[in-house]
Amino acid sequence: MFVVCLLPLAVLFARAFAGLGGGLGANPIEFVMRDLGSWTLRFLLITLAVSPLRHLTGWSAVMRLRRMLGLFTFFYACLHLGVWIGMDLFFDWTLVWDDILNRPYITAGFTAWLLLVPLALTSSDTMMRRLRRRWAHLHRLVYPAAILGVLHFWWLTRADYREPLLYAVILGVLLGWRVVMRWVWKGRVLLQLRGSAE
Amino acid sequence: MLIRIPSKHAPKPSEITPPEVYRGRRRFLRGMGLAAMGALGGSALLQPAPAHGASLDYMPGPFGTDETLTPREDVTGYNNFYELGTGKADPARNAHRLITEPWTVTVDGLCLNPGRYRLDDFLRPHALEERIYRLRCVEGWSMVIPWVGFELNRIIAQAEPLGSARYVAFTTLMDPENLPGQRLRVLEWPYREGLRMDEAMHPLTILAVGLYGESLPNQNGAPLRLVVPWKYGFKSIKSIVHIRFAEEEPPTSWNMATPREYGFYSNVNPDVDHPRWSQRTERRIGELRRRRTLMFNGYEEEVAALYAGMDLRKHF
Repeated sequence: MFVVCLLPLAVLFARAFAGLGGGLGANPIEFVMRDLGSWTLRFLLITLAVSPLRHLTGWSAVMRLRRMLGLFTFFYACLHLGVWIGMDLFFDWTLVWDDILNRPYITAGFTAWLLLVPLALTSSDTMMRRLRRRWAHLHRLVYPAAILGVLHFWWLTRADYREPLLYAVILGVLLGWRVVMRWVWKGRVLLQLRGSAE
Repeated sequence: MLIRIPSKHAPKPSEITPPEVYRGRRRFLRGMGLAAMGALGGSALLQPAPAHGASLDYMPGPFGTDETLTPREDVTGYNNFYELGTGKADPARNAHRLITEPWTVTVDGLCLNPGRYRLDDFLRPHALEERIYRLRCVEGWSMVIPWVGFELNRIIAQAEPLGSARYVAFTTLMDPENLPGQRLRVLEWPYREGLRMDEAMHPLTILAVGLYGESLPNQNGAPLRLVVPWKYGFKSIKSIVHIRFAEEEPPTSWNMATPREYGFYSNVNPDVDHPRWSQRTERRIGELRRRRTLMFNGYEEEVAALYAGMDLRKHF
């Protein structure tokens, strides 16, 4: 599974250095940045799908993958951010800060990355034990991070919203499922309603 | 009496190669090419050539630049032509979906000589020139492209617009049956663009029929497109079927979609940001580092006077 999660990166390297699949095209930095950004969002959505999947299938082994998927999300987010700062803007910090502060889509994307930092830092067993209940609270930051991530994609899109819309719908389903489950757990919803929610 | 003041970019008359010499050289080179092909005849080295258009006869034109040309494969492989798909590689992949024969161009509106022309008849009166222009996309990338075409003002002169005609409006082919992008509602089709009359008359503004010495590949807006090098690329409308003279500012596609983001003028301007991103820098395709974007895409000397006294933040 670890190796599978590295495949998107391997494909990028194959494109860049072996010219596979048509290489990186006329605008390679843009291509790499987009690709890494897309994979960040995909990994984030896959990570968020773990809990519902376990619940619906009863397959609890999948929970053990959740941390690794979350960390891969952060890994791709860091590469995405790194390519933007290092290759797109060539460490021109004036431009970097100007963009972070003044371009809403970049503000959203950068904030999403910032929210993921504490989650990655507290992902170890030790931190989990040390933070106890607070760990679960802290890791709810993944929800605003996901919303900001999709918003980041939405706001940089020019006219064709099909792809960001797909991400938004999937995120909506994953978050909606949690909201519904909360009602269910709190017993505020009658049994018939649970049936219609499925 | 007309006094012609040459711009510093215009070639001196002595620098212009006479067409007969130029064409002779092209014929010679073509002959060489054929001879070389003959020598290689049947050799396995002969790769299937990428689809190239017909070679054109043209003269070198003014306003040139000595900047490195963007490779042909990038000019023809990295395109925004939403009628053929919204991805950058889609237009090249879907190029065959654009049917360019037969092609008719209609010129009408406020003019004395309206007409409906077969493409050949429309083009025949005009000698072709090569114009090497920078192209700056509103998305923040740029290219240097050797276009082949002629000044739009020749068409305008032929049509004889009325005094009341203050704008020129252009429309792209509408063919949703064949153009996959026109079945998506990403923009309101057909694509529309427009220029103020003085912009349209400016000698920098051309109708292009080719690039790199050959007729336009479909993904670059065959068979006839506008090129306005001091404006963002989307103003340079592709695959034109209709040219109309109007009194009022014509509606334009990107402005209709998001008026806050895309103005009618859309002059390249590093000081006026797109509401969502900066226009201060650009990536020249083929280069690693971004470069500073120039006012009017580097054509300030030629066109700044058109906008004297205008607030370019308001008329972005």
